[in-house]
Amino acid sequence: MEKFTRLTSIVAPLDRANVDTDQIIPKQFLKRIERTGFGEFAFFDWRYLEDGVPNPDFILNEDRYRDANILVGGRNFGSGSSREHAPWALMEMGYKSIIATSFADIFRNNCMQNGLLPVILSESEVDTIMARALRGSGYKVTVDLETQTVTDDQGLNASFDVDPFRKNSLLEGLDDVGITMSLGEAIDSFEEKRTARW
Amino acid sequence: MAKTMFEKIWEQHIVAEPEGQPALIYIDLHLVHEVTSPQAFEALRLTNRKVRRPDLTISTVDHNLPTDNTRNEVIKDPIARIQVDTLRKNCKDTGVVLYDIDSEAQGIVHVIGPEQGYTQPGMTIVCGDSHTSTHGAFGSLAFGIGTSEVEHVLATQTLRQAKPKTMEVRFNGELKKGVTAKDMILAAIGEVGTAGWTGYVVEYTGDAIKKLDMAGRMTVCNMTIEGGARAGLIAPDDTTFDWMKGRKFVPKGDAFDSAVAEWRELATEEDAEYDELLEIDCDSLVPHVSWGTNPGQVAKITDRVPAPDDFEDPADVSSAEHALEYMGLTGGTQIEDIDIDRVFIGSCTNARIEDLRSASEIVKGRTVASTVRAQIMPGSTLTKMLAEKEGLDQIFKDAGFEWRESGCSMCLGMNPDILVPGERCASTSNRNFEGRQGKGGRTHLVSPEMAAAAAIEGHFVDVRDWETE
Repeated sequence: MEKFTRLTSIVAPLDRANVDTDQIIPKQFLKRIERTGFGEFAFFDWRYLEDGVPNPDFILNEDRYRDANILVGGRNFGSGSSREHAPWALMEMGYKSIIATSFADIFRNNCMQNGLLPVILSESEVDTIMARALRGSGYKVTVDLETQTVTDDQGLNASFDVDPFRKNSLLEGLDDVGITMSLGEAIDSFEEKRTARW
Repeated sequence: MAKTMFEKIWEQHIVAEPEGQPALIYIDLHLVHEVTSPQAFEALRLTNRKVRRPDLTISTVDHNLPTDNTRNEVIKDPIARIQVDTLRKNCKDTGVVLYDIDSEAQGIVHVIGPEQGYTQPGMTIVCGDSHTSTHGAFGSLAFGIGTSEVEHVLATQTLRQAKPKTMEVRFNGELKKGVTAKDMILAAIGEVGTAGWTGYVVEYTGDAIKKLDMAGRMTVCNMTIEGGARAGLIAPDDTTFDWMKGRKFVPKGDAFDSAVAEWRELATEEDAEYDELLEIDCDSLVPHVSWGTNPGQVAKITDRVPAPDDFEDPADVSSAEHALEYMGLTGGTQIEDIDIDRVFIGSCTNARIEDLRSASEIVKGRTVASTVRAQIMPGSTLTKMLAEKEGLDQIFKDAGFEWRESGCSMCLGMNPDILVPGERCASTSNRNFEGRQGKGGRTHLVSPEMAAAAAIEGHFVDVRDWETE
């Protein structure tokens, strides 16, 4: 997994509640058997017009957000389908962190598994970031996982919670399966007890 | 201290709880399908890891299969074919059983698990699919996971999980004729919204739940994820055990009796406490229809489509504006005045034999409106065969329904069954997201009875008033 430590970047705003994973990556693109190749289809129905031309009215298509690595979204981001293709697609679009007031559980887990950091802030903090990102261009924040803070140069200083185990995995870029395999003996003995019972 | 059913199952499955880490939970049953598994198997190959317990893993093909009868020869969509072939190869290489297209046991993964008797009370069950919550109807802790977690379970038969909070959702009273499990869960989600249960495991209780048959209980648990909770549970009882008895992978004879004795112990103890309680009155419940683009945007059949300024929260106002525009609806329209073009009876929410029987009662002796194309995709091949044995297929075909093969089909439209832009569908599925059933398609979530009645009349009708033969 890719490491996440500290990131300063332009913020792209997507001011909608309940952005579901069907919007993030529509089903017709889920037939690939690789982990790659989803980025160009992210937000497909919103992002492109009928003839495949980028939709000028879709905010993430605007030039000023092209280099953004941070996305700020509405509440309940990533609801619906468990498809991990959603974080894969967002990462290929260039996003490394998403800020919102809340995330759907499965989506948040899936992000963590891939080094895409979901950051939960309060409504007023998200509103501030959203407003600043919508205004003008070049608005940047710094997401620091070590100190669990989000800051900008206009006085924003927000802190966020993260599970200590997940935090460490992200900071070190650790492979979850590898960590669990090191607990192999515990799994063996659990299985022995369980088989005896059933 | 008295325990909830969730706490009992959770504690029975803790493999390890290392300091500062989420618990490592043992998984009793892992269901696999073609769409969310290929990258997981590939990762195992790349890291030289094995499937730890192929005997606790079962797979089928459901998400991208066509539902016409040509699929036995060849899947015409080349990318879908590769995905199915990849699952075949992965199962062959790892020893995981596959219920392929030509198997009687093939079907939607959340239909076949219970149908074959794999799903049992007290188990932990996962699948790379959010509707895994369905299996909670049997008193098993079942939830959807992503592909990285599929890989984790394949390799270790465990999963790392932070312990969720618990919520009791109590359905009081009794359902009236024409009101169903689907209406119970749509009403509940309408009340709490699509994130209302995030971070919780829900246990459904109350008289109305106890009276539901297993298909109804599965419908309720299935849509738990639409309220944001990953898992929903219902205490197993005689209804559960009677339904399970005799199914292929359920214990037989004395083993069944001792299993039942153990399963009875799972129920939440009287003094146990949940973190939250939500109560829903079923005496006054009426059929529900979704009007918007998430499953929390629902109305009673007797109501009108709301207008954006009926909402207070600015985010709800904006959601309603977007939804009405997408759905081509105007606030104030009577729900019964909404004309439909398509009807889909299917999906892991409502494609079981019981659902097909209920819909056939509505349809019997009537004809689908000339403006409507109506289709039925049974939940599994076995369900389809059973329905045909009972003559249900003939009732539907006589009325003008298309009787098709099983699969997820138009619930998510990964196969060729999709809406064209602007088409409006009465659907027994679980999600009405934008584009879910096809780009520009407009989905209204309803019960099988409501979908069947809408097919006949060409618009939504109150099925409580319906005369059956």
